[in-house]
Amino acid sequence: MRWWWWIPLMLFAGFLGVAAYQLTQPKDDFVPSAMVGKPLPAFELPAAADGMSGVSTADFQDGKPRLLNIWASWCLPCIAEAPQLEQLKQDGAEIVGIAIRDRPEDVAAFLARHGNPYTRIGADDLSQVQLAIGSSGVPETFVIDGKGVIRYQHIGDIRAEHVPILLEKLREAGE
Amino acid sequence: MIAELGLAALWLAAALAALQLYAGTMALRPGGEGVAALVRPAAVVQGIACAFAFLMLLWLFAITDLSVKLVAANSHSAKPMIFKLAGAWGNHEGSMLLWVAVMALSGALIALVERRLPEKTMLATLAAQAFVGLGFYAFLIASSNPFERLPQPAVEGLGLNPLLQDIGLAFHPPTLYFGYVGLSVAFSFAVGALLTRQVTPEFARVMRPWVLGAWVFLTLGITAGSYWAYYELGWGGWWFWDPVENASLMPWLAATALLHSASVLAARDALRAWTIMLGVVAFSMSMVGTFLVRSGILTSVHAFAVDPERGSFILVLLTLYIGGALALFALRAGTVSEGQRFAVTSREGALVFNNVMLSAILGIVLLGTLYPLLTEAFGVRVSVGPPYFNPVGAIFAIPMLLVMAVGPLLRWRRDSIGRIQRPLILIGAIILAALVAVLALGEMSVLPLLGLAIAVGLAVASFLPLRGRRLTRVPLAVWGMVLAHFGLAVALFGMASESAFSKERLAAVAIGETAQVGPWEVTLSEVLPAAGPNWTAIEGHLLASYADGNPIELDPQSRSFWAPLQETTESALATRWNGQLYAVVGSEAGAGRWQLRLWWKPFVTFIWYGGMLVALGGALALIGRVIDDLRRRAVLARIARRRSEEAV
Repeated sequence: MRWWWWIPLMLFAGFLGVAAYQLTQPKDDFVPSAMVGKPLPAFELPAAADGMSGVSTADFQDGKPRLLNIWASWCLPCIAEAPQLEQLKQDGAEIVGIAIRDRPEDVAAFLARHGNPYTRIGADDLSQVQLAIGSSGVPETFVIDGKGVIRYQHIGDIRAEHVPILLEKLREAGE
Repeated sequence: MIAELGLAALWLAAALAALQLYAGTMALRPGGEGVAALVRPAAVVQGIACAFAFLMLLWLFAITDLSVKLVAANSHSAKPMIFKLAGAWGNHEGSMLLWVAVMALSGALIALVERRLPEKTMLATLAAQAFVGLGFYAFLIASSNPFERLPQPAVEGLGLNPLLQDIGLAFHPPTLYFGYVGLSVAFSFAVGALLTRQVTPEFARVMRPWVLGAWVFLTLGITAGSYWAYYELGWGGWWFWDPVENASLMPWLAATALLHSASVLAARDALRAWTIMLGVVAFSMSMVGTFLVRSGILTSVHAFAVDPERGSFILVLLTLYIGGALALFALRAGTVSEGQRFAVTSREGALVFNNVMLSAILGIVLLGTLYPLLTEAFGVRVSVGPPYFNPVGAIFAIPMLLVMAVGPLLRWRRDSIGRIQRPLILIGAIILAALVAVLALGEMSVLPLLGLAIAVGLAVASFLPLRGRRLTRVPLAVWGMVLAHFGLAVALFGMASESAFSKERLAAVAIGETAQVGPWEVTLSEVLPAAGPNWTAIEGHLLASYADGNPIELDPQSRSFWAPLQETTESALATRWNGQLYAVVGSEAGAGRWQLRLWWKPFVTFIWYGGMLVALGGALALIGRVIDDLRRRAVLARIARRRSEEAV
């Protein structure tokens, strides 16, 4: 028996080792925004529903830190995070929303059913603002400081354990 | 009831596979002849039961039975019938069932008709086939049951990914599965031959049609997949070195090598261990590819239900099949006696050289595909793309293509360069002339330049094996080789031309304005809304004229699907014999202007025509081999009859 007959098996064992290791690793699919630490891009969005105001970059430059929540009425995780947004609002956070590719009547129905934690909601019908601030999905939440600089990005729905983190980031942004 | 019938048939097939494995293994032992008679019938009934299970799944999708989880998750009552049916295999569970059904049917076919090999080798082969099948049955039943019911029937299905709602794509994955299944049969033959140490030319002849069939399907699958990516994704490219594409390319490379080494084994009784090795590797590559894609450890543009649990399951199967086969190979390869020897300058020599080159390219693609996985283990994220694959692959592809032009002219066993001097000079002169001619057209990078020149030389060289022969008496298999080699030259020409001569234009045009790309003038005449059964779109109406000729109308769309919500581009193509105009309409660019993306791609269609020619060549060779086999059977039957008559 010659040793080189075993080479294929050895190579395969190496592959198995790497593959098995990778399978046990948590898969990190999040795409962090390169915009964190940079000012918001200039934009001006019309209101996403009747009776709400639209959103523009100028709204973030009055010295008060805010949360910017990217969401949509058609997005299921957005329903899941609605109670946490309500909690954040009660804890004093001001939340500005941007609705992605949505219809005014759907936005209104969503707010009626799941509550309205937003002070303003802009309609981003072509995801242009979403892409410009480096968000790759819904929901995502950004912490914007009083000068309109993006300070923190939260990807995915906000769970109960994320609420204190976001409040802390908001407090840091206000310092 | 239908779902339960399907599940019952699946269980029955699994049980029969277990019986087939048990009886086949027992029959290999001394004194095990008693159970040997069970193996072939078990394989046949297993094939029927499993095919029945798949038919039941098709039925469920045809009637959109929303009480079945898989139907509810992947279909929709409003979908056209053809896409409802395609939905049956357009998902993880259904595609696995299709795969295992085709595999079981192949096993049934072998069990019914294949009598050329020693019976023990056949029993070992069928046992190996059952072993592979059993893993898939366990996978289906334990973690991917396609017949699972919902506690509450759904009100409406969740639709199919709109990108996948395309007739070409509906038939693209099954084509690849047929290829993978053919390779699994070759794998089983290799394991059977190793177990009984019967690696003979007859073994290669028995295995070859399966490899040929697999190779034809893989070629078609890759060609169709590449065209689909080209016109559906709207990026104008035809190959992206995406993990899923590589997952289909790697088995193809291995199958190509296997096909040629099996030919050497069949004709000259050489390369015994190498052919066995490739038989194991070819199927391993399709399994590794499946694992990489389905486990989600590599990211890709292709939508598959990604699930680490399923990934672990496939990894276990991989370990059992490939690890087992490679261990068996390591133990037994040394005992497979050495085959015939041959000189370096011979048909075998050329085939061995190209086998090594193909294996090297396979290794390069495998390394490039796995590299992100390797570095990620050390916390570094990289992505490997064309800057690696193209030049590194070319280092081995170019010598391979040159030898491919010459190899078929060489004689088996021993030949001299002097004998084929004249055709060699001819091929060399054509390549040189093409080089000079292309250089005269203007500057270009090295790879497209070499590609164009070699393509022209190879195209001529591929017909040289026919010189001096009566064309009516040339065997089909030789025609197949000629056509396949010519097809590769055609495809190569298309690839090189696309890369060297493509013109791109991105313009924001208002209604009535004209944009120019290459020899084309494209006028945007209007933009209108359009609607389909489950989408709305903006449709651009373009008038395109080639070199001041009559204008052709093109209607590219930007579609929005609503179930689920997604945007896709439908490119519009104007095809001429010498290339394609590729138009994509984008969003409004403000002030009444629309984004228009135009490409002029000279001879790009040759890529897919070439691919089809290659597949056609493979199909011709397959038909030729099967006809030869049937003739031989008829002769043998006649001899046997005469003998029995003489005995009387």
